Amino acid sequence: MKFSESWLREYVSPDLSTQELVDQLTMAGLEVEGFEPVASQFSKVVVGEILKIEKHPDADKLAICTVSSGEETHQVVCGASNARQGIKIPFALIGAKLEDFKIKKAKLRGVESFGMLCSERELGISDKHEGLMELPADAPAGVDVREYLSLDDSIIDLDLTPNRSDCLSMVGLGRETGLINALDVSTIKIEAVSKTINDQFEVDLKAGSACPRFVGRVIKNIQLDAETPLWMKEKLRRSDVRSIDPVVDVTNFVMLELGQPMHAYDLAKLQGKTVVRQSESEEKVTLLDGSDVTLAENTLLITDDSGPIGIAGIMGGLSTSVTETTQDIYLESAFFAPTSITGRARSYGMNTDASHRFERGVDWKGQADAIERATALLLEIAGGDAGPTTESVLENDLPSIPEVSLRLNRVKRVLGVEIEESQIDDILSRLGFEHVSNVTKDDVTWQVKAPAYRFDIAIEADLIEEISRVYGYNNLPVRTPRTSLTMAPVEEGVINLNKIKDHLVTRGYQEAITYSFVDPKLQAVLDPEQDPIGLANPLSSEMAVMRTSLWPGLVKALIHNVNRQQTRVRLFESGLRFQQPPNTANLEMADVRQERMLAGVLLGPKMPEIWGNSSEVVDFFDLKGDVESIFKLTGAETEFTFDVGQHPALHPGQTARIMRGTNLVGFIGLMDPRAQKKLGIDQNVYLFELKLDEINSRHVPEAQSLSKFPEVRRDIAVIVDSEVSAAEINACVESATDGSFQNLMLFDVYQGKGIDPNRKSVALGLTFQHGSRTLTDDEINKFVDEIVEALTIKLGASLRN
Amino acid sequence: MQVSDLKEITEKAQSAIAAAEDAATLDSVRVTYLGKKGNLTALLKGLGKLPAEERPAAGAEINVAKQLVQDAINTRKEILDQAAINLKLESEIIDVTLPGRDSDLGGLHPVTMVLQRIENFFRSVGYDVVEGPEIEDDYHNFEALNIPHHHPARAMHDTFYFNPNMLLRTHTSPVQVRTMEERKPPFRIICPGRVYRVDSDLTHTPMFHQVEGLLIDENASFADLKGTIIEFLQVFFEKDLDVRFRPSYFPFTEPSAEVDVQCVHCVGKGCRVCSNTGWLEVMGAGMVHPKVLEASGIDPEEYTGFAFGMGPDRLAMLRYGVDDLRLFFENDQRFLKQFN
Repeated sequence: MKFSESWLREYVSPDLSTQELVDQLTMAGLEVEGFEPVASQFSKVVVGEILKIEKHPDADKLAICTVSSGEETHQVVCGASNARQGIKIPFALIGAKLEDFKIKKAKLRGVESFGMLCSERELGISDKHEGLMELPADAPAGVDVREYLSLDDSIIDLDLTPNRSDCLSMVGLGRETGLINALDVSTIKIEAVSKTINDQFEVDLKAGSACPRFVGRVIKNIQLDAETPLWMKEKLRRSDVRSIDPVVDVTNFVMLELGQPMHAYDLAKLQGKTVVRQSESEEKVTLLDGSDVTLAENTLLITDDSGPIGIAGIMGGLSTSVTETTQDIYLESAFFAPTSITGRARSYGMNTDASHRFERGVDWKGQADAIERATALLLEIAGGDAGPTTESVLENDLPSIPEVSLRLNRVKRVLGVEIEESQIDDILSRLGFEHVSNVTKDDVTWQVKAPAYRFDIAIEADLIEEISRVYGYNNLPVRTPRTSLTMAPVEEGVINLNKIKDHLVTRGYQEAITYSFVDPKLQAVLDPEQDPIGLANPLSSEMAVMRTSLWPGLVKALIHNVNRQQTRVRLFESGLRFQQPPNTANLEMADVRQERMLAGVLLGPKMPEIWGNSSEVVDFFDLKGDVESIFKLTGAETEFTFDVGQHPALHPGQTARIMRGTNLVGFIGLMDPRAQKKLGIDQNVYLFELKLDEINSRHVPEAQSLSKFPEVRRDIAVIVDSEVSAAEINACVESATDGSFQNLMLFDVYQGKGIDPNRKSVALGLTFQHGSRTLTDDEINKFVDEIVEALTIKLGASLRN
Repeated sequence: MQVSDLKEITEKAQSAIAAAEDAATLDSVRVTYLGKKGNLTALLKGLGKLPAEERPAAGAEINVAKQLVQDAINTRKEILDQAAINLKLESEIIDVTLPGRDSDLGGLHPVTMVLQRIENFFRSVGYDVVEGPEIEDDYHNFEALNIPHHHPARAMHDTFYFNPNMLLRTHTSPVQVRTMEERKPPFRIICPGRVYRVDSDLTHTPMFHQVEGLLIDENASFADLKGTIIEFLQVFFEKDLDVRFRPSYFPFTEPSAEVDVQCVHCVGKGCRVCSNTGWLEVMGAGMVHPKVLEASGIDPEEYTGFAFGMGPDRLAMLRYGVDDLRLFFENDQRFLKQFN
């Protein structure tokens, strides 16, 4: 909301600079977004009158004006197209200072010019620069323009919170400024304007508490072409409201002044009587701005015999609007309850000054005052004959002002402050709240009633807020909370995510944070089997569905980096992925699976490009090594198994599914070359995604005693078919051994010269140790023989010589 | 034996020792003169041919010569050893200024760094860290927080919806509600996480982070809230910055406050970062609204509480001098590596 500082100061004028005033408002909870002077800092610009105008002899576009500055006349050369005899304009005299230059005597195409005629932009009033600024015909020549237009003023832009509708008017702002500064506030004297005619228009209230009061008045024979006075135009302009005609201007002015939105109908276009009622479905109305609206049910309407003629409290209709030919009007000043307006304007894609005020709350006692004020102003400006003020009221449906209790002890407890009873009395009085107190041995209790313009006082907490606000937040004490010292339980069996992140960081991964909503096209490439949860109102098609995997976001980040000459990319991210069962029709909370995941992506050389580092690029086993190292944090890496897996985003021959016992942990692998091609990536991309809840638990260690006897290692090499997996060899060796077997180390795999092309050589390091004695050579030979035999029988292995 | 022979042998030996350029040559010199069949050894063996009375004197002379040669060998050996080790050391000189092998280190995202810092401060005074779902229902995101369906405050939250009842949480406050539903007071928690609003421009991204704090106790007061926030901001920025509280409005707290901290960049003098105001708006806070306590089954007469919410993205921008919020979500490695 924008308003003029000088307008506010008509009500109350604390001895503060503009900066101090806006700081004070901000600190009182009325946040000032900014402020700017209404005009630039010019001087020696007076009201001038063009007495005579002649063509410049040597320039088509210039004219020679004879300009009066009151007592003297001056010759001024001017190029504005609207320069003409008789108009009043701002006239910068010789020596005048405008924003960035000084007016001097000049010669334009050989003709002397003494001064300059100004546009609005030259005075910093607006951006208008099409011609001279035209002042009213009755502007007195010679008077300083700053003074004449009251330009020593600022426009202040307030960002009010929804609870403070009482400050959406100049009267309200004046009241609040007076409260903060403990100053008296002048009030506007509103007197009833007597009727001169008897015409009135019937109103029927059929919406109960949604509209319990409707004040109307007929005014006939209005001169719509009358000029709105300068003072009103300027106040409107400084409140960011365009001047249109006297009727619109007056209704807008009263809204700004008193906070009561009003509407004027062309009386001649009204049919029958006005009925205020809720809409039925599919009713239609064409609004003032020309838009056709099909109404939803339960929209509060103003209707006449022709049907809807406006959406109550939001916007009037076109069919009954005031136009250039209007002579007789019907003025409306009604109270619409916030609950009947809130959300409606937004649901029709509108936000009007009226709806903004009604949905937050308008003083429900102020309708008659507004109509009297508007009538007086209108008659003064545009003449006319006023009918009687008619007030329709549903007494039982008017809001009631709740009586709210306030306890001194509660104030002290909530605010943590020692505050006197008398101080609270004083604050309540300054707020204009009715209050009576009841003192008991232990406490003081007030019964409080707020004025009708306060819609935010219903419970004790509302009053405590008011007390604290007026007392001053920054005057309230500062205390460190005191509470009993209890130790927070920390489970040793849970691995903190921060530890896992730090671990990946030490392995060279950079943490990424990507959007949780992704491009459905990208996701379809990487996770085609999932049906993603779509947003009803996405910001763009690239952020339209929730990620079903962390891969789309990471891959997008990877592409971003690859496109910026980053040859080695290692990124990881942790966060939720969002899945729903297939063919979910009506999504409910219970359908949504929000799982914490840890995912990563890698591409490029194994090692950073440094002298002496290999330039080999990463492969599956670098990825697997990184993932296994995460499992080692659990101290139970053997619980994790890697099987041959299938994933639509991954290479069918380089995909592993990871299990911990019977629980799925996740997938790792090389991106399927077809997906890679679709995404336009020209290098291998390796991916992992793990369920955090499967990798963040560990066993509290249980120590075992160490054997004092030597361990013995025997290395063997066996030749097996190429398809035989390491996991099978492992399992086979395990099955053929007993407690003396310590460890199997698969230390080499060889395929090539000297070996059947369908077979491979696998080198195994076998370690044996006994807990209570030294093993003999014979025993160990027996163990090795048993292992070889098992490998031979189960896996078709032969010992390599 | 002639004395002149002894002298000649000794001199010859000494010059051979001096001429030896390596350990092997030196050793062969030793063998030549002092070995079992060496020249000086031979002289000693020849003593028997001398008359008995001459033997002691001649023997002594030979022994002196032997010692002389032995000493010369030892000295020479030391010199040669030294030279050899010097040569070896010299051949092993490397350029220690070359970078170490495989010295790569990744890094945490700057927003994570700030989140971890915030978590650590609050954990140190007994707050639990609690997380919650990001797809929320209308009840937890709005209704339970005293924001009924048509409340004007909903306009302040431009919400992403899935359907009329399900949405992406617009703040981390629903985690408060879920915690209050589950736990019995007193407790204190912080809830960090991602939040979403339909907003995208220079200073807004449709996804950002929030950390919500909540303390419920028998006598938690606004004074405690002020103390907590001032202390946090000062330890976070490691400066004794002024903090001010402005009345504001949130449906779920009352009284409510906006919290401004003195500009960390200019310390209140006024600069580009604070738009010349000297202050930075960094938090919203307030006393938990009685209706919110009631909705979650806590008796507001028995317990009071305070809550606060801050934006770690903005704190990260201020702390690390980042001037464009959007950089946080582009994940350009060149940007991210600056925080390692």
